[in-house]
Amino acid sequence: MIRFDKVGKRFGDVTVLRELDFHVERGERVTLIGPSGSGKTTILRLLMTLERVTSGTIHVDGQCLSHMRRGDRQVPADERHLRQVRKKIGMVFQQFNLFPNMNVLRNITEAPVRALGVPREQAEEKARELLKMVDLAGKAHAHPSQLSGGQQQRVAIARALAMEPEVLLLDEVTSALDPELVSGVQNLLRDIAHQGNLTLLCVTHEMNFARDISHRVLMFDQGQIVEEGSPEQIFTEPAQQRTRDFLQAVLNA
Amino acid sequence: MIWDWDWTLEILPGLLTQGLLVTLQATLGGAVLAFVLGLFVALLRRSRRPYISRPVGAISEFIRGTPLLVQLFVLYYVMPDFGVRMTALTTGIIGLGVHYASYTSEVYRAGIDGVPKGQWEAAIALNLPRRWTWIGVILPQAVRRSLPALGNYLVAIFKESPQLSVITVVDVIGLARELGSERFRYLEPMTVAGLFFLLIAIPASILIRRMERRLDT
Repeated sequence: MIRFDKVGKRFGDVTVLRELDFHVERGERVTLIGPSGSGKTTILRLLMTLERVTSGTIHVDGQCLSHMRRGDRQVPADERHLRQVRKKIGMVFQQFNLFPNMNVLRNITEAPVRALGVPREQAEEKARELLKMVDLAGKAHAHPSQLSGGQQQRVAIARALAMEPEVLLLDEVTSALDPELVSGVQNLLRDIAHQGNLTLLCVTHEMNFARDISHRVLMFDQGQIVEEGSPEQIFTEPAQQRTRDFLQAVLNA
Repeated sequence: MIWDWDWTLEILPGLLTQGLLVTLQATLGGAVLAFVLGLFVALLRRSRRPYISRPVGAISEFIRGTPLLVQLFVLYYVMPDFGVRMTALTTGIIGLGVHYASYTSEVYRAGIDGVPKGQWEAAIALNLPRRWTWIGVILPQAVRRSLPALGNYLVAIFKESPQLSVITVVDVIGLARELGSERFRYLEPMTVAGLFFLLIAIPASILIRRMERRLDT
């Protein structure tokens, strides 16, 4: 479903990712862990086309995301190509990024209506279903500023799902939440993960959450994968010293 | 010199109806033009096509760098040589509008820049078309951020509108000057005219602040 081939990413002089290869199967749930600055979030941002690769290629569902064919040459993707490949991907952000000028319902329906051309009534009906699923059925007409962080993040999850993505990217989705609101969002994501056949890529510092939802865990350091395996293996008997050090630091925090 | 109440009452209706009416027409006309045109200028200056953004930027800087008075003179006394003939008030409204558009465009620019990056990223992640990102997400937030500064420019346009008297627009100040010149006595008409400005500018500022606060929630 997702394939990185020798992907490199530099910001100026700083190399964030180097020669990165990995792939994710359809329906697979993968968690990226590692110290901050190790390039995990950059991977999600590259997939969401918020950043462009410096070198290498990324394929999503067989389609190249970073480049397109023009004649018989590979050229960097243009806006139209990006819109096409983005359809399959949704993302939930650390800072929610709800639209503050729209109520909850409109936040969820705006993209289906404007990007997919879904009739408004139909989009609203679906939005109400999603709101019920995220346990915010009564908040359709509330504004984001009237919601708690946890509620905002649940709306953001509903908003991303309204576009029916095949791949969902979760970028430290509970990091900005007050501790007592974390479990609500995590439980919701756990349900979503176990219900659907969504391909999930998750960056998190919550190791219990990572263990619950993922099939596979990738340990990153300095833009490279230092270890990968099942959650049981990574969390109980990590092979690499760096993984052990990292887990020790996180779990004792 | 003693304040002449009888004369004051005599000139008051004229100043209030004719004079102030013209002042308000010029102000509101100029402000609406400045607010609309300024938004377009701000958007055109952000265009990714340099043959659009460069000239628009240059013209805007030129207008901001020259006095309103000169622009009014050119519009009213020079443009007719090129076949462009308009009434004094229309010319004045266009002059005020275009001049202040070069300022309001900067206000909008700051408003647009002030919209958090996460809003753009969320729009991309949702695959929202560029047009709808602007119309639905960025501009509503940018304009809201711009409102306080735009309100201040509204009051500024109001207070600068007497400059239109140089192109024969008889606004409240122009009328006061005419009335004063009849008797070589400016105390009453100018005081009354000045008070009008005060009596409108202060409530306007309060209203703007209140609107601002309401839009804030």
